[in-house]
Amino acid sequence: MSALPEPGIVIVGASLAGLRGAEALRLRGYTGPLDIVGDEPHPPYDRPPLSKHVLAGELAPDATALPNLVPLRANWHLGVAATGLDREARTLRLADGRALAYRRLLIATGAQARPWPGPERAALSGVFTLRGRDDAAALRAVLAKGPRHVLIVGGGLIGCEAASCCRDLGIDVTLVDPNPTPLARSLGTFVGGVVAGLLERSGVDFRPGAHVELLEGDSFGGFRRAHLRGGETIEAEVAIVALGAVRSTGWLAGAGLMADAGGLTCDGACRALAADGTPCEDIYAAGDVARWPNPIYSGRLISVEHWGNAVEQAGHAARNMLAAPDDQEPYAHLPAFWSSQFGINIKAVGLSEGADSVAIVQGSRAARRFLAVYGRAGRSIAAVSFDEARWLPAYAEQIRAGRPFPPIRDATDQARIEIHAPGFPPRRSEPAAREIVDA
Amino acid sequence: MPDALAAEPPPLSQDDTLFARILDPANRANPYPLLARLREKPVRRQQDGSYVVSTHAAIRSLLFDPRLSSEDLPPFRRPPTGNPLKDWLLNPIKDRIATAHRPLIFRDPPDHDSLRHLVMEQFTVKRVRGTHDRVAAVVDTLIERCRGRDRVCLVEDLSYPLPVAVICELLGVPEQDESQFQSWATQLSTALEPDARRDADTRRANVASFDAIADYMRALIREKRRKPADDMLSGLANHADPTTRKMSDFDLVSTAILLLVAGHETTVNLITNGMLTLLRHPHELERLRADPERAPRVIEELLRYEPPVHFRTRKALGDIAVAGETIPKGASVMLVLAAASRDPERFPNPDIFDPDRADIQHFGFGAGLHYCVGAPLARIEVEIALVRLCQRLIRPRLAQDPPSYRPGAALRGPAGLEITIDGIV
Repeated sequence: MSALPEPGIVIVGASLAGLRGAEALRLRGYTGPLDIVGDEPHPPYDRPPLSKHVLAGELAPDATALPNLVPLRANWHLGVAATGLDREARTLRLADGRALAYRRLLIATGAQARPWPGPERAALSGVFTLRGRDDAAALRAVLAKGPRHVLIVGGGLIGCEAASCCRDLGIDVTLVDPNPTPLARSLGTFVGGVVAGLLERSGVDFRPGAHVELLEGDSFGGFRRAHLRGGETIEAEVAIVALGAVRSTGWLAGAGLMADAGGLTCDGACRALAADGTPCEDIYAAGDVARWPNPIYSGRLISVEHWGNAVEQAGHAARNMLAAPDDQEPYAHLPAFWSSQFGINIKAVGLSEGADSVAIVQGSRAARRFLAVYGRAGRSIAAVSFDEARWLPAYAEQIRAGRPFPPIRDATDQARIEIHAPGFPPRRSEPAAREIVDA
Repeated sequence: MPDALAAEPPPLSQDDTLFARILDPANRANPYPLLARLREKPVRRQQDGSYVVSTHAAIRSLLFDPRLSSEDLPPFRRPPTGNPLKDWLLNPIKDRIATAHRPLIFRDPPDHDSLRHLVMEQFTVKRVRGTHDRVAAVVDTLIERCRGRDRVCLVEDLSYPLPVAVICELLGVPEQDESQFQSWATQLSTALEPDARRDADTRRANVASFDAIADYMRALIREKRRKPADDMLSGLANHADPTTRKMSDFDLVSTAILLLVAGHETTVNLITNGMLTLLRHPHELERLRADPERAPRVIEELLRYEPPVHFRTRKALGDIAVAGETIPKGASVMLVLAAASRDPERFPNPDIFDPDRADIQHFGFGAGLHYCVGAPLARIEVEIALVRLCQRLIRPRLAQDPPSYRPGAALRGPAGLEITIDGIV
């Protein structure tokens, strides 16, 4: 007589957080069954190079595989999306009709590119989003053919990195963004102005304060031109839609969890919250999809779409998954991201959102080599460096400790500190439930 | 202005016994038990108001703190000559120039960065890798010279002549001039020793050495401009890239001096410390002989275990909170890198020489913006020297242990290392 195998741990999401979470479970001594579900056919791969080296043609798309740091002995279910969750029965439903039972579940489904509103136009050939390895491979193949003109919709990190790559390839670029400068949402217009200067210097046709109203196709279903609000048109063979990301929570509809397009809400220990606000002792979340009260920012609910958080939060969730319910450690994380564009290395720590002031504390904007700190109500909350990352850890420490703004005086290479308005655009209203339905 | 705080440093107090004992030449052979005691209190105030920092975590955070300045030397001051024109007019101008154009290890951003950038343009990967065959040839020649003897005096036979030959060739300094600047170089390197810095005679001797070596370099630079060659000094002197600022002639002289002196002192110690350590761990010597692929591991562990630079000084430009203490604005700060590399909080069993340790982020070349420019070159020289010594010396053993040490506490290394051998392969 054979007993049914005891259900083990199931991880939904086979990207960075899923992989590092699985490794952390094994490193912490978990020896039971481990199932990893991923909707893409590829084993875990690294996303940051996609919008940089892969687009530039310096790295093949399939050379981005993430190294596996620990033997996992896992059952991989790749190319199979999770389609639903039955919390009562503790089972995960898969797109191929199977169901996986779990004792503990780690949700690490990440996010997906916010599509162009209007599926018909988004499907025109020549219109791309850039999130996954297949997106990057397809876009790279088109860029390699040497299109004359690329339109980029959205001046966030991905839009700017793509613009930088296109210019390096000698392709004309028009970048359209509704804000006065690129990166306005993440860095504000004071710092974003430096990026505008980089765009200009590299010959990008930057259209601040502009809105793309319509992507027009030709009779063969190919992208032809974009119509801006006000009537102007931009002819291009390729459009890269870089409008940010939507958290992949659509599959959780009906699961009775607190989930929407902004993420899956968790308690401080990374446990998913049920719709009534109580934490589920057997469901955890990590990475882009998770929204949790971060003690570093007085318990504000935040989600962090960056590489370092995926690794750290997955490791933290793994720790708590194996611990007793009364031994759940809260997760504190100082967000951080980096970007490379136009030959400049940009690194940032903290949450600049809600900043009321910003100051250059090292170097100078004129030299395009500086470190800026953001303040809110007299406290230092974030910092960004342009080719000046060496001092960032010192400022990160000050931000973590909630030191006054500006945090460090009497430093080398520090001009007289002037305090400026950071210039964050008004908050975009959170897209409503529509996207959950779409997803 | 970096020199505003640079009055005469007060004499070292007799009460600061722990650090004074580390500086004491009597403890040069084995300062590590004293370093362990230092770490019990990671940040220690000394009677003279300076601070000694000794744990890995505290030093790491300070090396990446923009409030810590490297412009900590007192201003250049030439001693009175009795000639009023010189004492009241010429020398004060020369002092001001020399103070403003210190070499980049004593400079802060942004000046430091542009100088370093220009040096790195010359210190190319290609140029450094290109030394490999030449280093091997020099090492073999030097070892060959010991044939027929039953004893090798490592410092004079190899550790000293090798780095000198290599840096002279890279810079484009005629090696036959070496006898001229050997004593100047040794003298100038005392700028890193706290005891020597406090000593008026040493400071006077440093000024004289600086003037002498600067005269030599100015003449050489003129020569490189007249007849450029494929060497670093020619590259620096004939800077052609219109997109970057070129080095001023004052900076050019001090940079050339720095590269020459730095190539003299530290690599010598690393080679000698390396052979000493291997002879004290014959099993490791045997493994390196049998498997030269182990060299990188051996060298990184050496840089942790017996580093050539034991500490460096800095100055706090603002109040800095670290390890529960606040180092006040203006204080001189001693970063005891060698203590950090033996910190048990960072490295398990730190006092065991173990080239196979997995985690080895030592401070042997420093860290942060002043990280050793010559590190890749030093690694090549030390690797070739140690591997060939292990392979070619027959039954090498220490004739004297511990050896005698040179006076420096910051730049610490044996004055000589006598090795008994049964011959040369």
